[in-house]
Amino acid sequence: MRSQGRKESLAESRDLDGSYDQLTGNPPGQTKKALKQRLLKLLPCCGPQSIPSVSENSVEDEFELSTVCHRPEGLEQLQEQTKFSRKELQVLYRGFKNECPTGLVNEENFKQIYSQFFPQGDSGMYAAFLFNAFDTDHDGSISFEDFVAGLSVILRGTIDDRLSWAFNLYDLNKDGCITKEEMLDIMKSIYDMMGKYTYPAMREEAPREHVENFFQKMDRNKDGVVTIEEFIESCQKDENIMRSMQLFDNVI
Amino acid sequence: MAAGVAAWLPFARAAAIGWMPVANCPMPLAPTEKNKRQDELIILNVSGRRFQTWRTTLERYPDTLLGSTEKEFFFNEDTKEYFFDRDPEVFRCILNFYRTGKLHYPRYECISAYDEELAFYGILPEIIGDCCYEEYKDRKRENAERLMDDNDSENNQEGSMPSLNLRQTMWRAFENPHTSTLALVFYYVTGFFIAVSVITNVVETVPCGTVPGNKELPCGERYAVAFFCLDTACVMIFTVEYLMRLFAAPSRYRFMRSVMSIIDVVAIMPYYIGLVMTNNEDVSGAFVTLRVFRVFRIFKFSRHSQGLRILGYTLKSCASELGFLLFSLTMAIIIFATVMFYAEKGSSASKFTSIPASFWYTIVTMTTLGYGDMVPKTIAGKIFGSICSLSGVLVIALPVPVIVSNFSRIYHQNQRADKRRAQKKARLARIRVAKTGSSSAYLHSKRNGLLNAALELTGSSDDEQHISKSTSLIESQHHHLLHCLEKTTGLSYLVDDPLLSVRTSTIKNHEFIDEQLFEQNCMDNSMQNYPSTRSPSLSSNNGGSTSCCSRRNKTTTHLPNSKVPATRLQSMQELSTIHIQCSEQPSLTTSRSSLNMKSDDGLRPNCKTSHLTTAIISIPTPPALTPEGESRPPPSSPHPTMNISTTCSNVVKVSAL
Repeated sequence: MRSQGRKESLAESRDLDGSYDQLTGNPPGQTKKALKQRLLKLLPCCGPQSIPSVSENSVEDEFELSTVCHRPEGLEQLQEQTKFSRKELQVLYRGFKNECPTGLVNEENFKQIYSQFFPQGDSGMYAAFLFNAFDTDHDGSISFEDFVAGLSVILRGTIDDRLSWAFNLYDLNKDGCITKEEMLDIMKSIYDMMGKYTYPAMREEAPREHVENFFQKMDRNKDGVVTIEEFIESCQKDENIMRSMQLFDNVI
Repeated sequence: MAAGVAAWLPFARAAAIGWMPVANCPMPLAPTEKNKRQDELIILNVSGRRFQTWRTTLERYPDTLLGSTEKEFFFNEDTKEYFFDRDPEVFRCILNFYRTGKLHYPRYECISAYDEELAFYGILPEIIGDCCYEEYKDRKRENAERLMDDNDSENNQEGSMPSLNLRQTMWRAFENPHTSTLALVFYYVTGFFIAVSVITNVVETVPCGTVPGNKELPCGERYAVAFFCLDTACVMIFTVEYLMRLFAAPSRYRFMRSVMSIIDVVAIMPYYIGLVMTNNEDVSGAFVTLRVFRVFRIFKFSRHSQGLRILGYTLKSCASELGFLLFSLTMAIIIFATVMFYAEKGSSASKFTSIPASFWYTIVTMTTLGYGDMVPKTIAGKIFGSICSLSGVLVIALPVPVIVSNFSRIYHQNQRADKRRAQKKARLARIRVAKTGSSSAYLHSKRNGLLNAALELTGSSDDEQHISKSTSLIESQHHHLLHCLEKTTGLSYLVDDPLLSVRTSTIKNHEFIDEQLFEQNCMDNSMQNYPSTRSPSLSSNNGGSTSCCSRRNKTTTHLPNSKVPATRLQSMQELSTIHIQCSEQPSLTTSRSSLNMKSDDGLRPNCKTSHLTTAIISIPTPPALTPEGESRPPPSSPHPTMNISTTCSNVVKVSAL
């Protein structure tokens, strides 16, 4: 009971500060409606009937978003579009739907799911990049089709397909070439996933050095950007990269 | 990693494609699935209710029963499903844990049942999700308190602690007056004297009659001597009681710090101080004020009253609410007093001379007392005064229900504790009955078995129908187990069967007597026959000798833990060693079979000088059963349960378990 009292007192203090509106839980910006509500409540004449209309809107808005449901196309269509078998699609969809019951993943959700695999570091940036790469139609959410399309390329595509998918991932503004800044962002996000507690400790310049390394390898004509042809060519020449690309054959 | 996202692991691995091109060194090899099974449905049959889930769902948590190979132990080949003979309701929650990654605790479920199921399936309760964790913890705490309660009262009632020294007995007597009549007497006497002392203090101040001189004297001064004697007597009693408690307390330092002891001290100090200081007149004034402290004696009643203790405990537990009440009242008083003071400043002859003076008005108004000795005269003053009284009602009414509900909760808890204690007695009695029932069942079967043997040997075939008793397989296996134990240790349970003796004995003077008499006889016998008994206490025995026949010289040597009061014996089993010195020498061989023989012809056991030592476990019988607690083999027939060591002067001593 004491703990309850403490929680309540916290709420009270926030209310007094004016930084937290207890009625709607919104910051004071949206309290005009709430103020009207409260004044109305004090007057005996205005019964409760006038109040709900004010609050229902906000509730409805939230409700709308949550009831939007997306159903993917049929299994057969997906089978045609992707290189997965029926069973694999079933397994993938079950996992997908489990985490996202509405059928759509927005960026927040996506980041949260991805972060569960990397408990120590901060995978937010990389997840954001991934999101952009998966969300091919850029509508702000990944549907199952997007999801499966991306996976199909990575797991069942040819090496070239995979490489171009990776290029697409690195090319943040989708202009067809990777600049050093874009690469630096990507590199930093990858290093961020490691977190602070690493051995040896991460140095500040490590991402930059890594990017320099990368560009040295990839940038054939030394123009400061890497185009997709340069990228694929360089990767094909690199044995390590080719071998690691084959890792994805057995993921599912 | 939550279970749900385990399904997204392929995605996470695919997403690693972004690292490959930038990596400078080769990637490690990926683990491969040895036998890549397609995901299959497995059927979990829990007490008939079939649950189905994917195998991979269960494998999300490999360190639980369902996720590991442990479940293979429950695989039923015939039906190709996993069968668990457990509660299907709780299993629902557990399976949901695998599916969603969150373990919920259903409110309707008993906490201990739930815990057991969790333990069975290898799931730690700490995984319970936020939504249900509070509830779970609360229930768990209540359960623990209940168990502690039970244990405490068990320990209190055990009583059969072997050596309670004087100090401990005294302390127990003080803490729990119901342990012995002396404690009860003491309890009531102290209560009486507390009442007397308090009444004396009160009556002392009543004016009774006038003394010539037109002055009304209080009784205290008129009958000074009488009151002084009364006071002295009370203080004597209190002092003695305090010293005794101090002596008996297990931790004197802690006792001295406890509230009750402080109250005791405060109650008797004024008297002693008064004794010391009566001569000095300067301090006699202070002495008079000290007498006020005598009223603290009334708090000594809290030892006698459960309700007072609860009230005190409530106030202690509501300390925060009380503090809040006090604080808000103080704030309001200061505000209103200030306002009233300044409002009434203008009016002439106003009683509101200062802000502290207004405090009195504010308090009286806020608590709705309204003495009327101070009233505002200005209009502003009246307005603020009315606001003050209205707000007073609110401020006081708010924390009071909280305190009341706390009190009610604690009070009910106490009542429940008392009820539980009462139920406990009944429960223990039932357990005892069950225990003795099972042990007597064993003895019955043994008797039957031995009778069988006896009858076989003597070739008698009558009474066979009495012998054969239908026992279930489990029972017979249990009996076999006990029998093996007997064989292993060389001891045996007491087969105290009047029927056996009746059937096999021709001696008529053994009758069914009740335990008390039997014990009496045994005691007498043992006293007579074995002067150098080594028993520490013969006073508490529960029928341990084999026979009360004077023809046999035997004794019962009771072992240390038999020093229990008679009332406690029901729950105890005793082993006694018996030295049997036979007086006559039978002409028969001393084989076991002969000992088991029917004794129509008056068999005597053993050789004259041999010592037969028997270990006997005497099991007290519930009152419903007629005296089984005795062994009444006729003197001529040897005790069937004797473990015979027939070598002369070979004493096998058996000690108690």
